[in-house]
Amino acid sequence: MERRCESIRPKDGFAFALLALASASVLLLATGWVMWAVKRTMSANGFQALWADALLLLLMLVPVGLLTMAARGLVQAQAARRALRSENLIAARVHSSEAHTWAWFTLGYAGALALFLLFVLFFIANDVAVGRTFFQLELIANSFGLILQAFGVNVIIFLFAGVLSLIWGLVVAVAKLLPGKPAQPIRFIATFYTDAFLSLPSIIVIYLIGFGLPLTGIGFFRSLPLEALAVLALTLTYGAYMAEVYRAGLESIHPSQWAAARSLGLSYGQTLRFVIVPQAVRRIIPPLLNNLIGMQKDTALVNVVGVIDAFNQARIIASNNFNLSAVTTVAIIFILITIPQTRLVDRLVERDRARFRQG
Amino acid sequence: MSFLEIRNVHKRFGAHEVLRGINLSVEEHQVVCLIGPSGCGKSTLLRCINGLEEIQAGEIRLCGDRISGPGVDLNALRRDVGIVFQSFNLFPHMTVLQNIILAPTQVLRMPEDEAREKALALLRRIGLEHKAQAYPDQLSGGQQQRAAIARALAMEPMLLLLDEITSALDPELVSEVLSLLRELAQEGMTMLLATHEMGFAREVASKVCFMYGGVVYEEGPPEQIFTNPRQLRTQQFLASIIEARRL
Repeated sequence: MERRCESIRPKDGFAFALLALASASVLLLATGWVMWAVKRTMSANGFQALWADALLLLLMLVPVGLLTMAARGLVQAQAARRALRSENLIAARVHSSEAHTWAWFTLGYAGALALFLLFVLFFIANDVAVGRTFFQLELIANSFGLILQAFGVNVIIFLFAGVLSLIWGLVVAVAKLLPGKPAQPIRFIATFYTDAFLSLPSIIVIYLIGFGLPLTGIGFFRSLPLEALAVLALTLTYGAYMAEVYRAGLESIHPSQWAAARSLGLSYGQTLRFVIVPQAVRRIIPPLLNNLIGMQKDTALVNVVGVIDAFNQARIIASNNFNLSAVTTVAIIFILITIPQTRLVDRLVERDRARFRQG
Repeated sequence: MSFLEIRNVHKRFGAHEVLRGINLSVEEHQVVCLIGPSGCGKSTLLRCINGLEEIQAGEIRLCGDRISGPGVDLNALRRDVGIVFQSFNLFPHMTVLQNIILAPTQVLRMPEDEAREKALALLRRIGLEHKAQAYPDQLSGGQQQRAAIARALAMEPMLLLLDEITSALDPELVSEVLSLLRELAQEGMTMLLATHEMGFAREVASKVCFMYGGVVYEEGPPEQIFTNPRQLRTQQFLASIIEARRL
């Protein structure tokens, strides 16, 4: 290839900066219009408060910030254009890059603001129908205590089913990996079990076990509380998921670890217990926790058999009040509980990755 | 009857026959070195003696007792026959001390205090006492391999198998491992080692076996093998080693 010796001329970024300025201006108008609509809805409903007006005014200032960013981009683009004219290519590149950065900033924040405005419009549409249906603050506040109490049932089901499925999953995974011909029937059963329960929707398992087992008339199952049957159903379902994760973990341990342990005279079981399982579990803590988070959410499914959990409680309140805000309360509780756990998993994954990079 | 007697051992992986009738004997307190090109079956032979691989024909006897074939208590056999691997294979989730006392406490049912004391004595001997509480990844390759040898020695084996234990080490770390082996040899430990360290083999071995194509091609005292090999294959192998300046 022929070596190209002249320097590359940068674009001045003027058109891009203009585009950013245009979108900022559009958003200024849009924000003004939406805020005016909000104000009108508020006064139509006889709502008057100084803090609300102040908030609206404050929101009006957001697109002004957009305009400032766009303007900075435009200034930089002009500087780039001047530098290009005087053939100062290095200065032109610096200014042009600045202009692009500011334009991207403007567009990024403008996009977010546009989404926010759409949500506000949706919220106040049809005379605040959405707001009334889902976010009646009074009902949320009043139902919170009762629902939180019912959420205790979810927590208890989750704790029992969580611990049990962690143990059960390991048992199934080990059964699936048993060596040798004599263990073939066991392996077959374990494989069939995981296949079956991985393909069954958990709501069906809960339904069948929660309604079905008491119907069999077997004394033991009849005497169990519904919550215990729900725990059983969730354990069976999530045990299969856990087993798959454990299996992946156990198989990820290098065969040389088996060789080293067995060559010291450790039996198969001792090798699993002291060498393989401890290493495997360390690797699969994040996916195990992810399964637990999934199970935590699925505790809301137990309402199909009539357990009074948070969701069922909320549905009762909702139908008494002809309003879904109580269910929003459940949603809020689940979100508040789950987000920290998800972040924890992210951190664990990141920590693992860091260790892997270290080598 | 020799201490370790290997007779006409065959080992196949699928259609690929790795060992094609190995005959070899090791006397007590001997150090026997297996040399030969990669893929000639050195590692496989060691793994067969330890029962990590099953053999298809022939037999292996230790102290006159058959240790190959059906019905052998492999866990019991492995108490008496230790093996050290090329890639150390320490347990990464355990400290050096835990690595060493795991088998004595779990397999020999030794009380933990006693096992710990013996392990510390071993570590003192190999100069790793200060690393007892370290994890394997905090050790250099040479230190890891010495710890792995200590782990095998903690079971007080009758026979120690060493599978190219210096091949994964940086050159400057090889000597610390070899000097440990030298000490063990002087103390009378019976060792069978696969190695590429020809200088070491020449110095320490009671007998050197050149393996080629799944059989023991030529064996004899080190002086004879290294200075006056009879077989053409052996001569070619040693010539290539000399060319690579490894002898």
